[in-house]
Amino acid sequence: MKFPKINFDNMKNEGTSSVTPQERRKFLKLGLAVAGVYAGGKILSLTSIVGTAHASGGSSIVKKYPYNPHYSMVIRQSLCIDCEKCVESCNKTNHVPEYGYRTRILTKKYSGTLDKQVEFIPVLCNHCNDAPCVRACPTRATFKDPITGIVRMESKKCIGCKTCILACPYDARYFSAERRAVDKCDFCWEERLSKGETQTGCSSACPTGARTFGNLTDPENIVYKLVHQLEEQVWVLRPADDTKPNIFYMKGNMRSVDNILNGQKFKYFDPDKV
Amino acid sequence: MTGRMVNISKRWGFHGVEALKNASPLYKLTMGMFALLALAGVSVGLHGMITGYHHVYGVTREISWGVLISAYIFCVVTSTGLCIVSSIGHVFGGEAFMPIAKRAVFMSIVFMFGGFCIIFFDIENPFRMAIWNVISPNFVSNMWWMGTLYGMYLVFMIVEYYFLLEQNHSLSRLMGFFGLVVGIAAHSNLGAVFGMLHGRPFWYGPYLPIYFIFSAAMSGGCAILFFTTLGWKINPEIMNQRMERAIKAITQVTIFLISVIIFFTIWKIITGMVSEGKHLVIMSFLTGDYAINFWVFEIFLGMVLPLYLLIRSRGNNFNLIMWATGLMMIGIFFMRYDIVIPGQMESVYHSLGVEEAKNMLTYTPSFHEIMASLFGIGFIGLAYFAGEKMLNGHQLEKHEIVPEGGYICPGCGAIHFMEEGESEEDAMKRHHRIW
Ligand code: SF4
Ligand code: SF4
Repeated sequence: MKFPKINFDNMKNEGTSSVTPQERRKFLKLGLAVAGVYAGGKILSLTSIVGTAHASGGSSIVKKYPYNPHYSMVIRQSLCIDCEKCVESCNKTNHVPEYGYRTRILTKKYSGTLDKQVEFIPVLCNHCNDAPCVRACPTRATFKDPITGIVRMESKKCIGCKTCILACPYDARYFSAERRAVDKCDFCWEERLSKGETQTGCSSACPTGARTFGNLTDPENIVYKLVHQLEEQVWVLRPADDTKPNIFYMKGNMRSVDNILNGQKFKYFDPDKV
Repeated sequence: MTGRMVNISKRWGFHGVEALKNASPLYKLTMGMFALLALAGVSVGLHGMITGYHHVYGVTREISWGVLISAYIFCVVTSTGLCIVSSIGHVFGGEAFMPIAKRAVFMSIVFMFGGFCIIFFDIENPFRMAIWNVISPNFVSNMWWMGTLYGMYLVFMIVEYYFLLEQNHSLSRLMGFFGLVVGIAAHSNLGAVFGMLHGRPFWYGPYLPIYFIFSAAMSGGCAILFFTTLGWKINPEIMNQRMERAIKAITQVTIFLISVIIFFTIWKIITGMVSEGKHLVIMSFLTGDYAINFWVFEIFLGMVLPLYLLIRSRGNNFNLIMWATGLMMIGIFFMRYDIVIPGQMESVYHSLGVEEAKNMLTYTPSFHEIMASLFGIGFIGLAYFAGEKMLNGHQLEKHEIVPEGGYICPGCGAIHFMEEGESEEDAMKRHHRIW
């Protein structure tokens, strides 16, 4: 894949709320292949995010991701129906106590809209490349896995100071009395991935395909394809904190997404898949 | 007879348990109450530890630092402040400040221990800390530096105190200097523990590390004034002139430092009002849930009233100073609370506009948390009252305890010992390494 030489990394991602499709189209006509620059100074498209998310301070766009497999999740927000099967599956897989959670579904209500009044936003640990929690931990009890990029816990080292809980801008951590350590999403590394499975508990339980888990370094992978398409905006939560998150969000209800995905079309509401 | 061979207890002004026995019943009662408080605190704290903190503490996943951390910060701020204020005298040679040094360093150590008592009940696995802080250090973690620097600070302060008792000026000065440097590093770093959390706009930025240092100096001035004037009350003696001069000097410095903190606070509010991330929290100070904390405790008790009373006291109305600084200590506690809790009040998902994060998060300290904090406070109170009696009001210059071979130095007011055949002047020169 070819990237145009534009210094996207120094531009600031300011969010995606105010951009109309016309503006996007206008921009696309400029002939920029991958990234989107909004005339008002905003970068919208995935490349800027991928760029800021993964460049290590250099000004060029990084074509290589720092981890392999670089685990990542794309959340197609419009597909989420708040059935909470993912949360259930996560709790069961990872033995999450009833007072805690590793992932949850947030509800956003709109008024004055014509199509929908409510949207559901699944949130979980973003496995940040510049993870504030990892920097904050005094004993390196929480660490970034050097191979997969998963932010994991070494429970026996956790002194329970709870600094990481406050350092996390995504509320992804809680103290688990059972483990006597902070607990958080590890992309099911301990319970599934390290045992050879390829999907997390939540992504495999999701009946609509709202959660898509995969490897960002593999051009054949669905996650790669979703992040590297241009038709739909991709964003991350709280970009201003500059943690370089690995959970990407998109609306995900356009037909074109499925066209791009070719063979990997997701079966919406496939009754067999529960 | 060599001049230095004197009874240690006399040299150190150590009155021992005898002094406690001779204390008035009211004095014993006060000490008993603090002892009881500490005992109750530690029992309730241990009960919480056994039951599991998440059952008995008011902290939640979102607000995970509560009143315990606030109380801890209150203690360590006061400790650093005492170190800063005492250093003006015996490290930098500000003569007027010298007489308070011993009490200040003693209380600084006591407050540090008090702080450790409190944080012991906040850290979930305090025993693991000792191991993993050493064998798995994270050098970019402010929290790691906090533990390490405060540990070093405590060691320096204890060694410094020993040399102060020993009347070894040059070594106590050197240790005092190291203690001060490490203390300032530790304390500004504590500000950075908060100031370097990206996702918390109320804390994020260089403001807190700087504020913490000035605010510590203010607390230190306040604390030493309070403990000195209180000591004068409970040990009914005439204050000597040097002490009076010291109190006057510290009152002046404290007045100045309160003004500095008022200035800091005004700009915190004004800049916060126009910042998207801080606006909500600032408004809750001005008109919302935290208005009473802010206006009554932080502003009125913590700054305005003591400023007025201290100015009125002219530095020589000890009763007034005692009341002013005593109330100010309460105000300062709320200042710390108002840094810790409100910084967590706004959910990280608030800006996303989701239902779950619409309202500000709330926190109410639980009984267990309050009692565990009082463990530290009880310990500090007990140590203070015991220290006043057993260490004879932290003074050496009262003639009845000047040991044989010693004399009161006219320069620093402490006791010097003459070597054989030495005149007082020679001894003074030797002690102060002047010529
Ligand atoms: S989302 Fe939070 S817990 Fe996960 S890596 Fe980022 S800072 Fe750490
Ligand atoms: S609570 Fe545990 S994992 Fe979190 S910063 Fe403290 S020691 Fe590290």
